Amino acid sequence: MSDARTAAAPEAPAVPDKSLLARLARWETVTVLLLIASILYGTATSEDFLTGGNLNSILSDVAEIAIMAMPLTLIIVAAEIDLSIASVLGLTSALMGSLWNHGWAMELIVPTVLIVGALCGAVNGVLVTRLGLPSLAVTIGTLGLYRGLAYVMLGDQAVADFPSQFTDWGFGSFAGTQIPNPTIVFVVLAVIFGLVLHRSGIGRSIFAMGANEEAARFSGLRVKRVKLWLFVIAGMVSAVAGLVFTFRFASARADNGAGLELSVVAVVLLGGVSIFGGKGNLLGVIVAVLLLGTLRNALTLNDVSAEVLTIVTGSLLLLSVLGPSVTARVREALRRGHGAEAQPSTSTQ
Amino acid sequence: MSASAPTAPAPAAGPDAREARSIVDTLVRARELSLVGVLVLLVLGVTAAEPRFLNSQNVRDILLNVSIVGLLAVGQTVVVVTRNIDLSVGSVLGITAFATGVMFADHDMAIPVVFGVGILFGAFFGLLNGAMVALARVPSLVITLGTLYVIRGIDFAWAHGRQINAADMPSSFLHLGSATILGFPVLPLITIAVMIAVGTVMRSSRMGRELYAIGSNPDAANLAGIRAGRRVLGAFIASGALAGLAGVLYAARYGTLDAAAGTGFELNVVAAVVVGGVAIFGGSGTVYGAALGALLLACIRSALVILQVNPFWEQAINGALLLLAIGLDRLLALRVAARLRRRSAHRV
Repeated sequence: MSDARTAAAPEAPAVPDKSLLARLARWETVTVLLLIASILYGTATSEDFLTGGNLNSILSDVAEIAIMAMPLTLIIVAAEIDLSIASVLGLTSALMGSLWNHGWAMELIVPTVLIVGALCGAVNGVLVTRLGLPSLAVTIGTLGLYRGLAYVMLGDQAVADFPSQFTDWGFGSFAGTQIPNPTIVFVVLAVIFGLVLHRSGIGRSIFAMGANEEAARFSGLRVKRVKLWLFVIAGMVSAVAGLVFTFRFASARADNGAGLELSVVAVVLLGGVSIFGGKGNLLGVIVAVLLLGTLRNALTLNDVSAEVLTIVTGSLLLLSVLGPSVTARVREALRRGHGAEAQPSTSTQ
Repeated sequence: MSASAPTAPAPAAGPDAREARSIVDTLVRARELSLVGVLVLLVLGVTAAEPRFLNSQNVRDILLNVSIVGLLAVGQTVVVVTRNIDLSVGSVLGITAFATGVMFADHDMAIPVVFGVGILFGAFFGLLNGAMVALARVPSLVITLGTLYVIRGIDFAWAHGRQINAADMPSSFLHLGSATILGFPVLPLITIAVMIAVGTVMRSSRMGRELYAIGSNPDAANLAGIRAGRRVLGAFIASGALAGLAGVLYAARYGTLDAAAGTGFELNVVAAVVVGGVAIFGGSGTVYGAALGALLLACIRSALVILQVNPFWEQAINGALLLLAIGLDRLLALRVAARLRRRSAHRV
């Protein structure tokens, strides 16, 4: 993103501030409160909301969003973006259908589509890191390209005769619990990505290059190589989401997951990851995924149609970028006010 | 980002500056010229394979289709040169088209009033986008991705499954979609008039040049006393207003309106603009290039149909062309930068 806009972004310095108001004004707190509010809303308006079956459907409805949000969090922290992930999901699904129609065994299809997903990500990564193109423009292009290739492969037909042990896995639950199988995939990925981002050297270098790419390069970090791998992994994980989607709905179509990139970008930003890079927390993103899931589910139980639900996702996205900017200003104002009253001499900012 | 590199190497003064200017000038002109060249080659090639491509019905169809996307591309150019992007244009077009139908079907409004209200309706959404971009100080990509879905959702909630048909609209309005002046269809004439008007403002007015200045270097523009916030807001309002006009024309052209009108147009528009040589990170490009880009994409679409290629290739080709365009721009920019460096090294 441009330097100018990074500079203009309202940033409060990292002063430890213990006052209750300031803590309330933290964006993560707002997301948690919103989550609690939407759970209360769901419980109050529908008696079906707090049942095991419904919690199961909340989790499985957001499975693909949650899975793709993991690598996208890392990419946005590194100050890049990938809008093509949902198209990779669609391409994966179409490829599965097409290969299945050609008589391939499912055991062979699964690794193939994972490799194709990684290749899709590699194309993005090479264009961004080797040619130095802006990831926004590149992935708007591949958004169209990959979705288009999905249509070329499968047209408008649907392939639905997948073997039942795979589709059963898709909408089944884990070992007698109410936790859907796709959620297990998400939990495993969340643990891996959480450890990489918050507990490893690679994670720290991702934060560093997101905060200041030039400084990161001059400190000897292999910025380009790490970014290239981030895109490759995003492609591969999107292919995993494609597998989950196809098995869950037992249907391979070229338009599977169309428009899902909005929801994924929305939950990542809603989770407090800065669109300018260098700031974010995977836990926040997970809370945001749950928030999106509960809110959509509660509204669906109240007979809101799927098309109208896009208002909710879009508004959450707008809120997630307008919110932190407003809370940062509130915090700034509070800090100034606090400093002026209590210890005017030590407040230097 | 250094993606706007064609304008970035701004040398100090003297002969160097003039030479650099002329290289940049040639490149900019070369873009429009090479687009015309590609168009001519495409038309000749397709016509050789299938002469029906150039029959009057098909040419008219191409022109009518491009007139709507072309309007959006002109509006998008105004936004993109300021280093912003408006992804909500497809949704604004959709909701304005539906509003046009409602104005005729439920309120019997006069045609000029509908045009006026449609443009204002679109401008209102542009104002919303621009105001939020200014308020949040985040990339307009995110804001307009959000409004893309919010506006489409409102459209669906409003329409509630309703479809407005040609029978609900006055025939004189629908006639606009097929009318001709001296054998030339009216809709493309409207687009051409708008394009020339916007192109002239962008090229010759102070306001237009300020848009380019903001896009090529926001800090310098600020220091030069340009009110960037106000200008960018204006750019979004212009883009919204043109999307509104495009929505009214869409209603006249197709006659059947539901909440899904114009879904996915934003990708076509961004592809047209980028293929037309407007740098995605601002500061350079013209509305003429963008309109030529839209025309090229429309010709490819029509060629696929005429040559009976699987029409599902269209989206993939649009995406690939977008990548090709930004890739070529980047390579050209690197070469220009290298040549400039060599020259200045030579002088020293």
